[in-house]
Order: sequence, then structure tokens, then C-alpha cells
Amino acid sequence: MKAGAYTKQFVIFRLDNEEYGIDILRVKEIKEMMGITRVPKAAHFVRGVINLRGEVIPVIDLRVKFGLPEGKESENTRIIIVSVDDITVGLIVDTSSEVIEISSESIEEAPDGVGNVDQSYIYGIGKVGERLIILMDIVKILTE
Amino acid sequence: MDINQYLEVFIEESQEHLQGLNQSLLSLETNPKDIKTLNEIFRVAHTLKGMAGTMGFTGITNLTHQMENVLDAIRLGKVEVNSSIVDILFKCLDYLENSIGNIANCGQESNGSADAIIASLNGILLKKGDAEVKKAVTDIGNVRMKFNQYDENLVRKALQQSMEVYKLRVVLAEDCMLKSARAFLVFQTVERYAEIFKAEPKVEDIEDEKFGNEFTIAIITKEPETLIKKELESISEIREAIFEKVELSEEIPIDSDSLDEDVTESKESESYNEEKYGLEAMHGKKTKMGKTVRVDIDRLDNLMNLVSELIIIKTRLEGVGTDSRNQDMIEAVEYLERITTNLHDAVMKVRMVPIERVFNRFPRMVRDLSRDLSKGITLSMTGEETELDRTVIDEIGDPLIHLIRNAIDHGIEGKEERMQNNKKPNGLVSLRAYQDGNSVVIEVEDDGIGIDILKVKNKAIERGIISQGDANELDEKGIIELLFKPGFSTSDKVSDLSGRGVGLDVVKNRIEALNGIVEVESKKGEGSKFLIRLPLTLAIIQALLVTTGDEKYAIPLNVIRDINTIESSAIRNVHGQDVVLNRGNVLPIVWLGKMLDVHNATNDKNEEYTAVVVKKGEKNAAFIVDGLMGQQEIVIKTLGKFLSGIKNIAGATILGDGQVALIIDTNSLI
Repeated sequence: MKAGAYTKQFVIFRLDNEEYGIDILRVKEIKEMMGITRVPKAAHFVRGVINLRGEVIPVIDLRVKFGLPEGKESENTRIIIVSVDDITVGLIVDTSSEVIEISSESIEEAPDGVGNVDQSYIYGIGKVGERLIILMDIVKILTE
Repeated sequence: MDINQYLEVFIEESQEHLQGLNQSLLSLETNPKDIKTLNEIFRVAHTLKGMAGTMGFTGITNLTHQMENVLDAIRLGKVEVNSSIVDILFKCLDYLENSIGNIANCGQESNGSADAIIASLNGILLKKGDAEVKKAVTDIGNVRMKFNQYDENLVRKALQQSMEVYKLRVVLAEDCMLKSARAFLVFQTVERYAEIFKAEPKVEDIEDEKFGNEFTIAIITKEPETLIKKELESISEIREAIFEKVELSEEIPIDSDSLDEDVTESKESESYNEEKYGLEAMHGKKTKMGKTVRVDIDRLDNLMNLVSELIIIKTRLEGVGTDSRNQDMIEAVEYLERITTNLHDAVMKVRMVPIERVFNRFPRMVRDLSRDLSKGITLSMTGEETELDRTVIDEIGDPLIHLIRNAIDHGIEGKEERMQNNKKPNGLVSLRAYQDGNSVVIEVEDDGIGIDILKVKNKAIERGIISQGDANELDEKGIIELLFKPGFSTSDKVSDLSGRGVGLDVVKNRIEALNGIVEVESKKGEGSKFLIRLPLTLAIIQALLVTTGDEKYAIPLNVIRDINTIESSAIRNVHGQDVVLNRGNVLPIVWLGKMLDVHNATNDKNEEYTAVVVKKGEKNAAFIVDGLMGQQEIVIKTLGKFLSGIKNIAGATILGDGQVALIIDTNSLI
């Protein structure tokens, strides 16, 4: 490894056959799908709110947020609870099951037109063997 | 020792002291001969000086020291209290408040120099022309020790070698048994890090225990002051070690022999004063504080959250208990319910603060306003002891300030005008607080000119807030309501105080954000009364749970007037708005399901509907729901920052089964 390179851990999740990663330091926990209460007049990608041990947390449907086709809920559907500063939200993803360490050397800037996701939410592409993992800029998703 | 950890305590205590100072000054103004008040002011200035000195805020230290000198002169009868002195003292208070505010915001004292104020304080003393006091004036700082020529040279040398020089005052505990032994330990500890080059009293006297509770030494060191301070304060029976850095730039007073005697004398009397007032201060504190603990509001919030959790689980257990029909279970749950209710009340009480905290600042404000506007104004306040939740207290200050300013600026007439109208020359503004059932009412009333309905109406039309036609249809109450519209201001001239067009609408918004309401009563020529009604608590309320489609919502019980059944044949459509006649009034209908985009909510094809009639001030509306689930105690949770600004929803709550139900903001739907 070159000097100055470092590794970071990412929580990996799937959305519509693509693999995505979120900085593990932003992830509080991963929950199975649960009852969501719809919030009228909220943004279209907000599915509603859930009760996380007494706290009311908004839940975002990432497929809708990214403009992907609507998927079906399965037993693998997960809610990833992430927090940025004092904002905590849940992200609905197709499945999430592993944590991968990626060296900063194997992260490249996102080329145009990767995946079907709005470019501004991506800060890089991580290469792990043959796999390409889209690394999300979670701060941007939450604060926009 | 990290001083930051004490900063918060310092700020809070200082603010408390300043509040007290404010009151004392006001009563000094009305009663300048009262020695008790004077002593109280002196005590506050003295305490502040000590605290600021310990924290290293020299600006405050200097100013309070000078205040002490003036106050002392007043106390000794050398200077007489007059309004200009009180004004200067008020200026000192402003400066101190400013400084403390700045410290709270950015950790720094205020940039504005206190020199001008100190100079005017000096002026008071100089008028008297007393040499003794003049000398005291130059003696600034709370560590007193004079250097002679020899010492001064030593200091200069040390500073040139980039070492630090401190005057160090060591205060022993009152009940210290072996004072000389402690002093010996202090010397030993200090000598590990520094060189002692002067002591006061003399070292021999200290060894012979010929000193009071404290002694001062001058040291030269390379070590940081915090280190030595920490070491010293870890010695038992040492109450505190106060450091004062000696700077080159500072003019070190040189004592000639002839002055020496004089100095010790004044020093003696000062330290006597110090002891006396120190004791008094402590005594005063004891009686005032009682057995209290200062607790961070965050901890209370946390406690409140836990109690909320408990209430949620209790509600859930109630469900299980009723379902199981097990007598033991039901009894146990009933017992649990009693305990949680008591616990909730107890925690609520802890969070309650007397409204005095807010009211405190008004006498000063009214005093200043009445001077600025040269209107005579008497402020009467009652019910200061009424208690409100801390969060409400924090929010209610600004709206009240606004209402009081309005009352004085727009309400109360000038003296001559009042005389012409056979009123007392002094206007009366009354501030009343009292508890009324589950809410607290605050009234701001003035005996001024009252609200001129016609003027308000014309102004509203002129400003384009309402059309001529609509205005003509309004009754008196409706016109008064116009005052609360954004962009309304009736004052002919825009003054510094009010009349900038931001005003009552902001007040109304603030109060409504606290789930409160504002009402106005006014009689032309006799005055007006603003009435604010606030809920006792914000966190836990009684609510009615309703269903629409397959969604559940909570409606706060305090806004519900009644629950009715409406037949579809009784519904009329007027101007595109569904209405129903109820008790002789026209009641607009709100289709809750439709308003909240609920998919499978009741449509308008039924024969009968359940209507929850909700009130908003004088207005009512019928909310059509699909079903009623019953009344429940609910804990209000916010939707959080991410979902802030969602309309029609006031918050969320967690039901017994763990599901989230949203709380409807009925105000926004009417």
C-alpha cells in the first residue's frame, strides 16, 4: 500500500441489481422491514416514520429517491438507520448483508453515467475484486 | 485545571446575580436610603468580582471593583444616591449583562471597553474629592500586594527571561486547624515549580500562624499557572488559589516608605470588608438556595423521555391486561398506572419553573421605556410564582416583551392627554399570571387608549390585508383579529420600539407553536387586554385517537368541542365549501381523509358521518373521521429535523402496540 493510503469500512447494500456502500461510521444499525406510518404531504420519497425504540424516525425509500423502478418488498428488505449530525433517518434497501473494507487506493471518481443514480449522490466507485461498488455520499442525501 | 468546565456554572450564576442586581437597583431608585438594598448590591458586585477574577475575566473584575468603591462611598454616607448615580449603575449592569452574554456566546468578554463606565464611576467619587478613595481606585484586581522597587526589578528581569510572574492568593478553609502546616505545604508545593520572592504577611509570621484565612505570595515560574493551581488545590483544607498574572505593561505601583503605612491600613479595612461581606454573601445564598441541586436541562429531558417510554409500555400492558382477563394482572396494571401517573407528575414538577424568571426583566424594561417616551407608567405584576414548563418559559419571553412594548408605546397615552380624559397621569400596565385548570393564563392589560376599531379597519384596507367589502362584513372581534395579520402596524409614526410591521403576527405564531392561544379584549378609551393561554406541559397530553381509512391519527383533546353524528342530507355546499348547521351555527366540514390524502377514507356517499367538532379560538369546524378509537394519554414526539415544515401534522406519538400515530395540527386545517 502506498503511503497516505488508508482503508475504510463500508456497509454494502443492493438496490435493483447494483451494489452500493455507505461509510460504516454513519450507520447506526440495520433493521428488518417493519410497520411504517405514512406521513401526509411529505416529500414523495419519504415512505413514512417508524418507531425505533421510542424514537420517531423518518424512512426514505431509496429506490424512489434515486428514480429507480419500484421494487417489491421481500423478506430480505432492510431499513438501514443512518445518522448525520442530529438527523437520523432510515433507508429502505433491497438487501444488506455484508461489510467490506476498501482501500482509498481502489476508490475511483465516479465516471459519468454509472448506474441509474443521480451523480451528485455518488462520491466514488470502489473496486473489490471483480465487484464494483457505488459509494454513496450520505451527507448529501440527508441534507439536501 | 480546565477552567471551561466551570464556565457554564459561572455564566449561570452570574446571570442569576445580575437578575438580583437589576431588582435591587430598581428598588434603590425608588428607595435610595435603604441600606439593605445597598448592601445587597454591594454583595452582588463583590461576588461577581470574585467569580470573574477566578475565571480571569478582567473587564468584569475591574468594573465590579470600581462599583464596589462607589457603593462603599455611598454606604459610608460620603456620596448621596441620586438618579444619575443609579443611571450609571444601570449602565454597569448593562455592560455586565453584555459581557456575560458574550462569554456565553463566544467565551470572550465584550469587546466594548468598560473604560467609559469606569470613568463615570470615578467621576462620582472624584466629585467628592476624597483622596483615600482615589487611591482605592488605582488598586484594581482582586489579588492585592504591593511591590517595592526591588521587587519590581526582579519582576522585570524574570519577564525578560520569558518567565511568568504571578501574585498568588491562597485562601484556607474556614475550619482549617493547622494553618501554618497547610501554609508550609503550600510553600513546599509552590517551590517545586516556582520561586517565591515575596510573601504577605511575612514568611515568619505565616510560620507563627500570625495570619487570617489567607496569605499572598509572589512567584516567578516557568510552569503554567493551571498546573500549580491544580497542585495547590489538591492540598486538603485549601479553599482556593487565586492567580493574578503580573505583566510588564502593567504599571507596577511603587510604594515609597511614607505610603507604606497608609496602604496596610486600607488593606486591613478592605480585608475586613471582604470577610464580612464574604460571610454575608454565603449566608444570603444559603437562605435563598435552600437544599437545591442545579441540573442540566438535558438530563431532565432525558428523564422525561424515559417516563414517556414508561407511559407507552403501561398503555400496552393495559391492553394485554384487559385481554387476558386475569384479575391479578389487571390489578398489577392498575397499580402500575397509579405509579406512572405520580411519576409523570413528579417529573413535570421538576421541570416547572416559576414565571418570575421571565417577569423579572420587565420592571427595568418598563422603567427605560417610560423614560424614553416620557410617559409615566406603573407596572403591576401578580402571580409571579405561577409555574410553567421550562421549555415554555424559554419561549414566552419575547412575545411578552412585545405585548408590553405595544401596550406602552401604542396603548398608554401621553400625560396631558390622560389628564384631559380624567385619567390618572400615570398609565398602568398590569401583568398577571395564574393557573386555570390545565393551562396557564398570562394577561397583559393597560388602561390606555384602547383599540380603535375604525382605525384598524381602515389601516387593514389601506395595507391591502383585506378588501373593503370583506371588512364591512366583519364584526368587532373579526377586526381585532386583523391586528394579528402579517404586515400590520397602526402606529402613525414608526418608533424605535414598535411599529415596524413585524409584531403581533409573530407573537401569535410563537404562542401557537407552544399550543397556546392569544385573545384580545379592548374598550375604546379604557384600555386593552391581551390574554395568552398556554398548556401546562408540552410533552404529554390527552388525545382522542381516530381512524380514517386504515390510518390512525390523534387529535389533542383540548381542541375538541364535541363529537357528533352528521346525516349526509344535512350537508350543504356553500361557495364550494361543505357546511352543516349545528346548534344554529354554520359549521364548515373538513374531510380529514381527503385533506390527508388517505387512500381508502370515507367518501361522501355515506348516509351518516362521525364528526369531531374542533375549535380554533372562536371558530369551529367539523372533522369527518371513519371511527373513534378512544381517549388516551399520548407522548408528543417531534418528527425531527428531516421532516420539519410538514403541514397539518403537529408531531407523532407511539401507540401501545408500538405503531406510530401522527398528531393532527387542527389549527392549520381550519
